[in-house]
Amino acid sequence: MAINRRTVIKGALATGVASQAFKIPAAVAQAGPIRIGFLTVKTGPLASGGLQMEQGVTLFFKERGNKLGNRAVELHTADTGGNPAQARTKTQELVERLNVHCLIGPLAAFEALAIDDYIRSTQTPILTVAGAEDITQRKANPWVVRPSATSAQTSHPLGDYAAKDLKFKRVATFGDDFAFGHECVAGFQRTFEDNGGKVVQKLFTPLNAPDYGTYISQLKPNLDAVFTAHAGSNGFKFIKQLREYGNKTQILGGFTPVDESLLQQMGDDALGAITGNWYSAQLEFLGNKKFVEGIQRDFKVDPGVYAAETYLCCEVLEQAVKDAGGKVEDKAAFMKALKTVKVPNTIRGPVSFDELGNVVGNSYIRKVEKKGGKYVNTVIKTYADVGQFWPYKQDEFLKNPVYSRDFPPSKNLEN
Amino acid sequence: MTRWNAIWLAIVAALLIAVPTVIGNEFYVNMASQVLIYALFALSINMMLGYGGMVSLGHAGYLGLAGYACILLTINGFDQLSAAILALAFSTVMAGFFGMLSLRAPGLGFIMITLALGQIVWGIAYRANDLTGGDNGLRLPARPMPFGIDLNSAPRFYYFALAVVAVALFFIWRFSRSPFGASLMGARDQPRRMSMLGHNVWLIRWLTFVLAGFWGSVASLLFVYYNLFLSPHALGLQQSAEILLMAILGGASSLAGPIVGAAIITLVKNVISSYVERWNTLLGAIFVIVIIFMPYGLVPGCRELWRRIAQRRKPSASKAASEPAA
Amino acid sequence: MQWQFWIIQTLNSVAFGGLLFLLSSGFSLIFGLMRIPNLAHGAFFMLGAYFGYSLLARGGNFWLVALVAGLGVGLLGIALERFVLRQISGNEQGQVLVTLGVSFIIADICLLAWTGDPMPLPAPQALRRPLIIAGYAFPTYRLVVLVIALVAAVGLYFLMERTRIGAMIRAGVDDMEMARGVGIPVSRLFTLVFLLGSTLAGIGGVLGGPILNAYPGLDADMLPLALIVVILGGAGSLLGAFVGSFAVGFLYNFGIALAPDLAYFVLFLPMVLVLVFLPQGLFGRVQL
Repeated sequence: MAINRRTVIKGALATGVASQAFKIPAAVAQAGPIRIGFLTVKTGPLASGGLQMEQGVTLFFKERGNKLGNRAVELHTADTGGNPAQARTKTQELVERLNVHCLIGPLAAFEALAIDDYIRSTQTPILTVAGAEDITQRKANPWVVRPSATSAQTSHPLGDYAAKDLKFKRVATFGDDFAFGHECVAGFQRTFEDNGGKVVQKLFTPLNAPDYGTYISQLKPNLDAVFTAHAGSNGFKFIKQLREYGNKTQILGGFTPVDESLLQQMGDDALGAITGNWYSAQLEFLGNKKFVEGIQRDFKVDPGVYAAETYLCCEVLEQAVKDAGGKVEDKAAFMKALKTVKVPNTIRGPVSFDELGNVVGNSYIRKVEKKGGKYVNTVIKTYADVGQFWPYKQDEFLKNPVYSRDFPPSKNLEN
Repeated sequence: MTRWNAIWLAIVAALLIAVPTVIGNEFYVNMASQVLIYALFALSINMMLGYGGMVSLGHAGYLGLAGYACILLTINGFDQLSAAILALAFSTVMAGFFGMLSLRAPGLGFIMITLALGQIVWGIAYRANDLTGGDNGLRLPARPMPFGIDLNSAPRFYYFALAVVAVALFFIWRFSRSPFGASLMGARDQPRRMSMLGHNVWLIRWLTFVLAGFWGSVASLLFVYYNLFLSPHALGLQQSAEILLMAILGGASSLAGPIVGAAIITLVKNVISSYVERWNTLLGAIFVIVIIFMPYGLVPGCRELWRRIAQRRKPSASKAASEPAA
Repeated sequence: MQWQFWIIQTLNSVAFGGLLFLLSSGFSLIFGLMRIPNLAHGAFFMLGAYFGYSLLARGGNFWLVALVAGLGVGLLGIALERFVLRQISGNEQGQVLVTLGVSFIIADICLLAWTGDPMPLPAPQALRRPLIIAGYAFPTYRLVVLVIALVAAVGLYFLMERTRIGAMIRAGVDDMEMARGVGIPVSRLFTLVFLLGSTLAGIGGVLGGPILNAYPGLDADMLPLALIVVILGGAGSLLGAFVGSFAVGFLYNFGIALAPDLAYFVLFLPMVLVLVFLPQGLFGRVQL
């Protein structure tokens, strides 16, 4: 059964009516459904990622028969339109009108930041997928857990890999000119340069730039690789245009550009691209195989990182609900369960959380290959137990300013 | 007529004051506050649009100017009142400057300059990371406490917004009835004749632009107080267009039009969208259908409809009244 | 800076300018004759790209697909003009509301029909290899788009300056009442111009597809560019749209290359300056 809004509403009405008609005692009423608010983007330019997020959640609750532990689940999906003010209103609706016990989402960092203070003031546990570093770092929100990764978390191992294993010396970075792009690039730059590499060129492109031709023409000729931190359709456009200009430089990337959901459309252009990610549809875990099959069966697409993100959130949530004995009403205890949860067999492998609520788990280096007529992200190296500060020490890391256009400072730029 | 108006006004006022008690749920009270904030945006743009015929696509720029100024001043140690006053002053001065640029070109040129200025403010908000936090935005630490009243509860903020909008509405109403408002409408319809009669058409338009900017800035402060957060997404072209569409949809030639338009668009975006997945299509369809059947917006359209129905209901009376006149 | 830089960026500029001409000439024509700011023009461009994607996926010939998809968009344009815009002629505010409303609907339906994922339009096989110029590679397809834009410009010039219809359109642009007075069928002319303008947008969308891809938000990315071109060049004049397109092409490419920090202002600042000092644009034929 697919969980659509109508069944949810009907269910909600039914339970509401029932508890009034029969005056069920409070203790039993507490065992009613767990109400989950799901913030995603279903309209506007960011809908691509948002719709995939919905696939992940839908599949999970279909598989679990709409239950977490032995409690029924009531899922409320809200469309933020990819707009911070609307994200805030929708969060208010979920919390104030629908009294949800916890939230999953939202997609974009700026949405997560727009509801940050509201989450704190209403003390609503939230499993976020947004990358914004400081949500679990310098301005850590005590009600947030992040099972996927910070923007830079998977760039750190990639920088390490590019310098040590690939022995690259000169790399140019390219990214969307917003916080995600800055953070993703900065993480790569830091580990890459700490291990002897040089970032010789750094370009950031406005999010709504129609054409990258002028940027691509500026790329230096003698590069070992170009690192891209473009999200969604921009990453797609960048790689296509890079090849269109006859530029055959090795592509490195963060966890957005050669996503499985877009890979078949990209064709040979993406072949050989090496990216750092906490996930690949190729992972051999049993749970992941089931997940990939499920998405392919129900939605006729390959699961991308956004679908994996929300499915993973649900896996973590499920274990935390079990750990808390199903008592999601006790916010403090439930939050504690979320932060101390250990899930050994998620689609990305074993995960646990640091005290700030961010995930510690495997990080993968993947390469785009063609297997049986299909483009896939083959895992070529696994970094185990990578946290958000890896490979640095937490207190030293947090003494530095948050990653940005200007931090870490670029010492090796050539002009 | 005036007595009827007064009665209507009293009824509407009573209803607005009763809103929080009637709807109860915090979420819907907050929704009502948002409608008020957007209504003020639409009312302010309508000073230019409805009375001056000037179509602006850059009104969300004031959200950037006043909003960021207010947050930055507060963060840097100013108290809420002086931050608000300085932010309004800054934004209004900028409106003066923008007005001087925009009024160089008429018609589409005016639209495009306002659009470009709005985009430039957006670009600065986006690019000046150190100051504005870029797309991560900035947080206002807390809502202000006018006269020591805590505005954190939904009903209190609603009353605060209602009071501000009521003052603005009164001002805009007086403005539209004043000789100045009349000369503005004159400048819209007969610019050449107005200048021959000795009116400084440019000055009239410029002052209107500045006043609209001022009330737009007041709405911006309300927006920031409500959301406690500001990022460049709130001041993009999309937002400017939305504010403009609110005024046109409700009917730019009426005082109530922008309020109705703001209510419809805000509610479709935030409430209806929970039940209708294709709410963007719904919104677009509302625009098209309203304009086909009521070319000058909902409020004037409904008034016209009401007049016709009233006429049909007492045909003899109206005939008797109209025939001798004809 | 090396001389290759100037050559490649000049090529980038003219190629982008060509694409912009295909995008904006239709907008300029419609606005010039009918005084309708068709804010659905960006959505028409995007719809053309999506139509193109679907037809190409079914194995259509690229150039034929461009024509068919363009005409498809053109028919939609006629419907908009006949059934909606005609009802509210002269009502500028209504036109703004309706055309934006239509673009909301188109964008939302595209999302429904083609999902949110970006869709690539493959360029014709023969044009996929880059051209090597002065040791630097440049995409062949972009140069072909430039050539098409130039051909389209010449074609439109002949249509406007050398044919009866063109003469009628010009008369309409200069003085609508007079044109009506001398018996020009203004109503049919309007429909024709709207068909032409929307078809150009649709064809532009398909031709731009291999460069930009079809994705949600393409409309919002392109509409401001069309507006800037028309403002810089001046509305209602083919020469204006032509010069404006290439001016924007150069501004965009060199502006970003030479002053990357000004990427956000590189188009809007010059636009404000031009309007402040030359309120009618560079080659404006009509009062804006």
